[in-house]
Amino acid sequence: MSQAVIQLLRQKFGAAIVETHAQFGDDTAVVESSKWLEIATFLKNDPACAFEMLSDLSAVDYPERTPRLEVVAHLYSLTKGHRVRIKTRVGDEEGEGAEIDTVVGLWGTANWLERECFDMFGVNFRGHPDLRRILMYPEFQGHPLRKDYPAEKAQPLVAYRTDEEAGMSIDKQAPFGPHEGMSFARNDWTKRAEDAN
Amino acid sequence: MESLDLELDEGHLELPAEPMRLMMGPSHPAMHGTVRCVVDLSGETILNVDVQIGYLHRGFEKMCERGTWAQVFPYVDRLNYVSPMLNNVGYALAVEKMCGIVVPERCQWYRMILGELARMSDHLTCDGAMAMELGAFTPFLWMIKAREMIWDVMEEETGARLTHSFGRIGGMAKPPTKHFKDLALNTARSVVAIVDESEKMLLKNRIFVDRLENVGVISQADAISLGFTGPCLRATGVAYDIRKTQPYLKYDEIDFEVPVGTNGDTLDRFLVRLAEIRQSARIIEQACARMADEGAVSVDDPRVMLPEKTAVYGTIEATIQHFKLVMEGAKVPKGEVYSYTEAGNGELGFYLVSDGSGTPFRVRIRPPSFMNTGGLGHLLKGRMISDVVPIFGSLNMIGGECDH
Repeated sequence: MSQAVIQLLRQKFGAAIVETHAQFGDDTAVVESSKWLEIATFLKNDPACAFEMLSDLSAVDYPERTPRLEVVAHLYSLTKGHRVRIKTRVGDEEGEGAEIDTVVGLWGTANWLERECFDMFGVNFRGHPDLRRILMYPEFQGHPLRKDYPAEKAQPLVAYRTDEEAGMSIDKQAPFGPHEGMSFARNDWTKRAEDAN
Repeated sequence: MESLDLELDEGHLELPAEPMRLMMGPSHPAMHGTVRCVVDLSGETILNVDVQIGYLHRGFEKMCERGTWAQVFPYVDRLNYVSPMLNNVGYALAVEKMCGIVVPERCQWYRMILGELARMSDHLTCDGAMAMELGAFTPFLWMIKAREMIWDVMEEETGARLTHSFGRIGGMAKPPTKHFKDLALNTARSVVAIVDESEKMLLKNRIFVDRLENVGVISQADAISLGFTGPCLRATGVAYDIRKTQPYLKYDEIDFEVPVGTNGDTLDRFLVRLAEIRQSARIIEQACARMADEGAVSVDDPRVMLPEKTAVYGTIEATIQHFKLVMEGAKVPKGEVYSYTEAGNGELGFYLVSDGSGTPFRVRIRPPSFMNTGGLGHLLKGRMISDVVPIFGSLNMIGGECDH
């Protein structure tokens, strides 16, 4: 990780860098979503940064925050040997209108990673050449990694067989319900949202 | 008898001018792993290809948000199911980085030896399966026999051949067995002997080499841009190995080399894997020499480690500790972390977000196979249909981690 890169970003972009931290030794910068592409381009092309590799791009859903979704990218420089994490926040309370620029033009990896992020969280990447679902099937409704998507919800393409069709009980639920084996610590985000209202 | 081609000059043999669309997969006999390649063909040349993944998507990241931090271990076993130990260690290191825990020295060596054995089995599977898909069945059986030896060691140590769930936050589930070092050393030596033999079988086979050489060539710049890591990147000549560049565990105290290729073709990827098996054997030799025979393998930290079973049944404090750890889970400090290790296929990263409770807020895995498979389309374009099989085999796509 590299503190120098964060300093450089602060100098160059000033107010566009919302906050920075170095928790657990991982240097992080939270940036304005409108400057996402500009900052990414700088990080890739500036000789002092030289992040040739986009290690990872993903998102996190914070249902109690606005903007709700946080897009997280991890960059690595092979020549300099340093890493940095850049994040940006998008979307309203419902996660609608989450949109940022694509970085496919900078790193080839971004193509599939952004498709995955779109699939799982519903973040739209402006200018992506081929933004469609990658892990889920095209008929799938919703974005499974959002906290308010119920984990036990199923969307089968072919309807499940009913008891009548089978002529017997084919209840495959776990004997203690869908949450069997899950600890007390599990968070029920749908319930939390209902309680809050 | 009349010549068969007499009728031919009467009409023109009309070949379709439009490209033909062919679906390879999701279940294709010559491709291991469920993946579908939709290829547009002109004759036998691939004009365009759309790689479709997701057939093994099981919602790994969603499942992790429902249990405790320790309940993630069985899930990471099933990511790369050919080398589950490397995933176990990778995830354990990520959580330990957040908790600020450093495991005892003996455990670090233990993790390294088990991890290198797992790496060997990963590479053996990839190279063996690749040979089999090109018609060389004998080396495949030899290599699978070698892999079985490694899994015997794993079974002896963990009780399970494949899904060990052996890692723990702050250590390992059990200390090494009495004969662990002998087992590991003997296995590593036998595996290298088998690799030598298989290599002779394959690399002196003209057909095998011809089908790999200069097939699926990728340049350094493209490989880096596509996020290739592990043997696929090293085959292009970039010596990026996290064990060397950002050493974790005790890799900085060990003498080993990072094999690199020159050409970035399928043969290089095959050879880099074979060379890495030999390097893994070197690491195991040195680690066995340095691992202590006595001492703790887990940290003595009641916040994360389960107490002794006898204490749980005998004292109220240990019973409460056990109950809290099982029902609520170990509390991990609030924050976010990205931890990365060198797995069989490359950089295996875990991006973890904790809200301070016993349940992970977000577990994001950076699966090396996902990026490698993402480059498949680039490698296939312009090649022949018969090249799909060796190129796909050399990327070692593991459905479990690629599809999350």
